[in-house]
Amino acid sequence: MAFNHKHILGTEYLSREDIQLILDTAESFREINTRSIKKVPTLRGKTIINAFFENSTRTRLSFEIAGKRLSADTVNISGSTSSVTKGETLEDTARNIEAMHPDIIVIRHGHSGAPHYLAERLHCSVINAGDGAHEHPSQALLDMLTMRQHKGEIDGLKVAIVGDIAHSRVVRSNLYALNKMGADVHLAGPGTMMPSGIERLGATVHYDIRAAIKDADVVMMLRIQLERQGLTLLPTLREYARFFGLNDDVLKLAKADAIVMHPGPMNRGVEISSAVADGPQNVILGQVENGVAVRMALLYLVSGGEQAVE
Amino acid sequence: MKILIKGGRVIDPSRNFDQVADLLIEDGKITAIEATINTNAADHVIDASGQLVTPGLIDIHVHLRDPGLEYKEDIITGTLAAVAGGFTSVACMPNTKPVNDNKAVTQYMINRAKNDGYCNVFPIGAITKGMAGETLSEMGELKEAGCLAVSDDGRPVSDGEVMRRALEYSRSFGITVVSHTEDLSLVGEGVMNDGFVATELGLKGIPWVAEDTMTARDVMLAEFTGGRLHVAHISTKGGVEIVRQAKARGVNVTCEATPHHFTLTDEAVRGYNTDAKMNPPLRSAADVAAIRAGLADGTIDAIATDHAPHHIDEKNVEFRIAMNGIVGLETALPLTLELVAAGTIDLPRAVALLSCGPAHALNIPRGTLDIAAPADVTVIDPSLEWIVVREELKSKSKNTPFTGRKMKGAATCTIVGGKIVFSR
Repeated sequence: MAFNHKHILGTEYLSREDIQLILDTAESFREINTRSIKKVPTLRGKTIINAFFENSTRTRLSFEIAGKRLSADTVNISGSTSSVTKGETLEDTARNIEAMHPDIIVIRHGHSGAPHYLAERLHCSVINAGDGAHEHPSQALLDMLTMRQHKGEIDGLKVAIVGDIAHSRVVRSNLYALNKMGADVHLAGPGTMMPSGIERLGATVHYDIRAAIKDADVVMMLRIQLERQGLTLLPTLREYARFFGLNDDVLKLAKADAIVMHPGPMNRGVEISSAVADGPQNVILGQVENGVAVRMALLYLVSGGEQAVE
Repeated sequence: MKILIKGGRVIDPSRNFDQVADLLIEDGKITAIEATINTNAADHVIDASGQLVTPGLIDIHVHLRDPGLEYKEDIITGTLAAVAGGFTSVACMPNTKPVNDNKAVTQYMINRAKNDGYCNVFPIGAITKGMAGETLSEMGELKEAGCLAVSDDGRPVSDGEVMRRALEYSRSFGITVVSHTEDLSLVGEGVMNDGFVATELGLKGIPWVAEDTMTARDVMLAEFTGGRLHVAHISTKGGVEIVRQAKARGVNVTCEATPHHFTLTDEAVRGYNTDAKMNPPLRSAADVAAIRAGLADGTIDAIATDHAPHHIDEKNVEFRIAMNGIVGLETALPLTLELVAAGTIDLPRAVALLSCGPAHALNIPRGTLDIAAPADVTVIDPSLEWIVVREELKSKSKNTPFTGRKMKGAATCTIVGGKIVFSR
């Protein structure tokens, strides 16, 4: 099957077949990451710009490693070193980047829609590495690769996603993708963090973590942004941990073989107890490992995927 | 100079007049409306057969950006856009640079409009000094200088005590307080309507309740003080109901709705379309239906454009940081006629909402074709089809979500004070 997308702006725009192809491609790349020489010449001569206008360590690193393992030339721009801080508009930044003829831009931006804005104006491929509270497609894809590894099929899985649903781009990307793959998605969080009409994206909404987690195959905890304290969304982190945090007692409500996921970075003792974070059901580091393979697959597929994996 | 407009359907809702007739203008005044007036009586004859002849349209809510922000619009281009849209009078908001909170700015606007503008300009002064929401402006002097109303449009008067005193104080001068009803604490960092579309796009929402609670507060303050309140750009189902109930109780309140709020929903924002970014934001289909019902049953007194020109550089950015507002003067008339075509309102009601309705709301001495009234007249071809092309707009700014939309109906001749200022 051919991959017909020039850009990866969100899982909203990917079909079930697209997702299947990305995950299958990622599977084949995962093996490269375990070799002693972790490099193939697939994207030799291609230039990838990682433009991260918002702080990120793991996603940027993951994309950079993915590009390098495919032999692409990767260049990083971060918010603090870009001209944006000098008042340059996103359009001017885009024009300047365009003038350097990159093949792919991977963009992380604090404003929802910024990758769409660039995709309309640039000739190269644009990969969304997280835009505002909108989408984070590569995260959802690596989540699904992890689920598939542990559960075989995504079809029919009960997936519980718990935390700050309103501000999470991970949630939206996962909702689009998981629904297309046949999962049954349940969301839980405090009422202040549940956005209007989210159930219309294909989810059952709960305000009680226990109801969401009951009999779940997958429990995905979201990071509570500590800086949101004081924005009237939460009275205290202590209360959040008590009523919405995942600990051993709550986890018992899920299926015995349920896996625990987290997009990271974790606030131990807030949304997840250390016992669970380090417990036998967590697959969090597996997610990170799969992230590189999924991003290699995305870079490969948007480049046309002409060359086979060597 | 005598102008004879022949054979048009003359609709003057201020006098419940609606019949095919000839209309004669002499020396800037309307002097006769009769079944037939001899062509020999005129220096210039306009054949209006098959067309509508209405009181000059009045827009009580525009931003002319002059003084201070002329790169977006100025009094010349703004009034040119107005007359191209069929408007003969506009009331302009005080959020200029400097703010129109003193007679010098008011007089500048009036003089500039008189000398170089194409239509009547009625400045609206600020409610508070610098529109800071703290100290009342010198409303008496603003009235003397020519302001018919006061408003801090663009932002609410958040302090209830200040709004109470503004409504009380305005009574001495018989001027209307125009309220931008918005509880900023509930708006937060919202950039579009709070609802499913915002959730899907990952944009922060502005809930309808942010508008309704402030509309309710101001209506109650008007009831308490006896001041005359006009609610600007009403956009919610709840807001329409609050005004409907207040009017039934006899509160001295009027309100306006914009063409974009009765035409578009928040679906228009999809694709992060900054031309659909405005304040109040485009709302839900239920809100649109409620506004249409309010226009039909008389709850809403006027259609006003909230014409808000912005330079392309202020719109061609990420959605969150784009400026709010659209240009509306040239699209208001056909969008209003769409309501007639849809059977929501009849033609005389549409004309009323664009002429005597707004005139009454802000007490503007216009909006009638009565004999001896100033000859502000608009001739409208209701069947003229055209497509909105950005470059063809007269406004200096081109920020409209209606680009490419097929419109039906347009002003073919706009007459201000007996002078033809626009014709197509």
